[in-house]
Amino acid sequence: MDFITLLLAAAIASGTPLLIATLGGILSERAGIIQLGTEGIMLMGAVSACLVYIRSGSLWAALAAVVLVSAALGLVHAFMTVTLRANHIVSGLAMTLFGAGLSAYLGKPVAGQPLPGAFPRLELAFLDGVPFLGPIFGRLDWFTWISFALALGLHLLIHRTSWGLHLRAMGDNPATADVMGIPVQAARYAYVVGGAVLIGLAGANMLLVYSPTWNEGMTAGRGWIAVALIIFARWNPLRALLCAYFFGALDSIGFRIQLEGSLIPSYFLKMIPYVVTILVLMYLGWRGRGKPSGSPESLGLPYIREQRL
Amino acid sequence: MSTHPAVEMRKIVKRFGSVTANDQVDFTAERGEIHALLGENGAGKSTMMCMLSGVYRATEGEIRIQGRPVRIRSPKEAAELGIGMVFQNFRLVQTLTAAENMVLGEKGGFWRGAGWMKRKTKEIAELAERFGLGFPVDRPIWQLSVGEQQRVEIVKTLYRGADIIILDEPTSVLTPGEAEQLFATLRQMRAEGKTILITTHKMKEVMSVADRISVMRKGRMIASLAREETDERQLAQLMVGKEVVLQRKEREPAGMEPLLALRGLKALGHGGRKALDGLDLEVRKGEIVGIAGVAGNGQKELAEVLNGLHPWSGGEIEFDGAVWKRASALEAIESGIAHIPENRMKSGLAGSLAIADNLLSKSYRGPERSRLGLLRGGANRRWAQSLVEQFDVRTPSLDTPVRMLSGGNQQKLLFAREISMRPKLMVAVHPTQGLDVGAADSVHRMLMELRASGSGVLLISEDLDEILQLSDRVLVVFGGRIIGEMAHDEADRQRIGLLMTGSAGAEEAAAGRAGAEEALRQPDQPDPDGKEAIV
Repeated sequence: MDFITLLLAAAIASGTPLLIATLGGILSERAGIIQLGTEGIMLMGAVSACLVYIRSGSLWAALAAVVLVSAALGLVHAFMTVTLRANHIVSGLAMTLFGAGLSAYLGKPVAGQPLPGAFPRLELAFLDGVPFLGPIFGRLDWFTWISFALALGLHLLIHRTSWGLHLRAMGDNPATADVMGIPVQAARYAYVVGGAVLIGLAGANMLLVYSPTWNEGMTAGRGWIAVALIIFARWNPLRALLCAYFFGALDSIGFRIQLEGSLIPSYFLKMIPYVVTILVLMYLGWRGRGKPSGSPESLGLPYIREQRL
Repeated sequence: MSTHPAVEMRKIVKRFGSVTANDQVDFTAERGEIHALLGENGAGKSTMMCMLSGVYRATEGEIRIQGRPVRIRSPKEAAELGIGMVFQNFRLVQTLTAAENMVLGEKGGFWRGAGWMKRKTKEIAELAERFGLGFPVDRPIWQLSVGEQQRVEIVKTLYRGADIIILDEPTSVLTPGEAEQLFATLRQMRAEGKTILITTHKMKEVMSVADRISVMRKGRMIASLAREETDERQLAQLMVGKEVVLQRKEREPAGMEPLLALRGLKALGHGGRKALDGLDLEVRKGEIVGIAGVAGNGQKELAEVLNGLHPWSGGEIEFDGAVWKRASALEAIESGIAHIPENRMKSGLAGSLAIADNLLSKSYRGPERSRLGLLRGGANRRWAQSLVEQFDVRTPSLDTPVRMLSGGNQQKLLFAREISMRPKLMVAVHPTQGLDVGAADSVHRMLMELRASGSGVLLISEDLDEILQLSDRVLVVFGGRIIGEMAHDEADRQRIGLLMTGSAGAEEAAAGRAGAEEALRQPDQPDPDGKEAIV
């Protein structure tokens, strides 16, 4: 396999958790609720997948546990931000700190233990021997295929359905959405919870597919990269796909350089995605001076029906 | 066909906490009429209409639609009853297209593919056409002008099948030409049997478009009259409760000592476009200089430069004997410049802060208001209380958040703060925009008092009547330059109007400038103090 093919395969592998987490964040933020709890929810997703998989041996039970745990966390965030109108940033940071602490505690007994089995793959025999496509898509796991479908599905949902229209409206101007008869508060709950479930699954993806043992803090800041990716992707699921693989590639480039026996300390190589995050954000901010960022207008603002503005 | 009125509201009471916005109000509108609800800001007109459209719920009282008693608990229920409202602040999603805004909340079907959208877009365009309301249906809202956005709002109510259409202060955002066009549309809608309710405080509009007029004052219904049986004078009297004089007042001659001189001022506006392009201007002590012009010709930037909020890129600013070196809001305030900004809630007042805090927000550094960096609590409260009384700001308490006040009271509060700084120059931008007759009148009085006390006033306004009534000199701005200048009593509406559009051409502009210079050399007003000698 040549370098490019290897790099692409690696980009997809390490980009998939980023993609799923970014999609979850997009859902929440399109509805107007900032989601900074990503890192914590990913960790909780990963640790609950690990615990249940090791204890029960059932992959389905593990995934069900992830959905339940992350939905519960999403529900708390929605309750804080939608109903109690707490500051979205504070609530999100609390979620991250809470998730990091609790997952470390819960994960102690299973830290470093191997999982009972690998995630099932979709074998596409007809791609064998096809250059480029074969090595990349021939033996991909189901999780990754589902993430492709998710990106496309969410894109269609947002841009081609009545629900998507409602979603875009309530993130931009909830008062208008309310006047047009859209149940803003209930829908915001649904999107925050749905988004949190995706974020939890992103954590599970890291554990079940990418690096199959639990370590404390194993997401290593990927939740924060996903938060930045929402902005790079300008709240668009298909663009999120490209951005996530771009960052996935950066992640694995550092690893490749290290394997080549470079003199650069590995700590610097591991920094690459984060440095690029800062640089890209600076570049986008500079280029977009005075232009709309594509961010939902009412992102982070609570909505109260009878308040005079 | 039933003979019931389209809308009947009986003994409506609405309270917000301890504030009563509507007190036992009765209101009836017949089917197929244009009914105007007239009143000052804060009279409770909009509150009444919001209850009809389901935004607010009445505390007490009964509403009947087409004779049927109803409870309107949400905008959705109002829409089901055939009631649609066009709000003063449009309820449009800026990033969606006009057509998408209309189908928002439409029932039936989940898929909104390209084909579906295309059919709907065509349907909406046809509906708009029928009422003579043209606008680009498939462009996002943020690309449309304010007038177009209002048309989108009106078509939206029609599209959703409204028979009763409420417009809240529909002309406040429109140019006179656009307003005429709107009235033609409203008549067309009436011809199709729609009932139209508009709230307004502009009497001219009421007389030109309404069939029936209901006047509200301080939360109560004062009278309901047919247009034929009333006139502007009576309506004004009903509205404010006392007779208002709408005439130009006798005045002392303006001062002659120079206060502010701008020479060839240049500044870049939003997005790097030339906003001020060599602007020359002079304001003297005790003089009101009116700047007339269509919005977007540099007025905003001019006001911001003078208040130290915007850097300039060329030319010279001389104020009170000193040449400015850089833009600094603090230095502008300390050198004695007051500012009434275009949008009082955006850059004038802090909406969620209390009245007392807003009054302090420019003067808190002074030794009278603070000591060693700590505010003087008691003294400041007494000071704020005296300002509130002096400027007649109507408020439940000093601790009320400013956003809870009506527009007129907010503006009075802003004036109280600015005038308490004893400014040498007042830069007032659209100072009476959105105010009712009573509040506008007190704003005008305050500006005249400033002039009498020897301050200069730079009045930037789109309201020609206001400029003609108050100004000693009228300047016309176009493309970031002054292209015409007239003295108080030779100012002429037609000529100003022509200059404002810029269509008068270069020779006209040159003539305007020459004429103005002549007028300056030979002041028409007698100058009893013999100040000419000084000049």
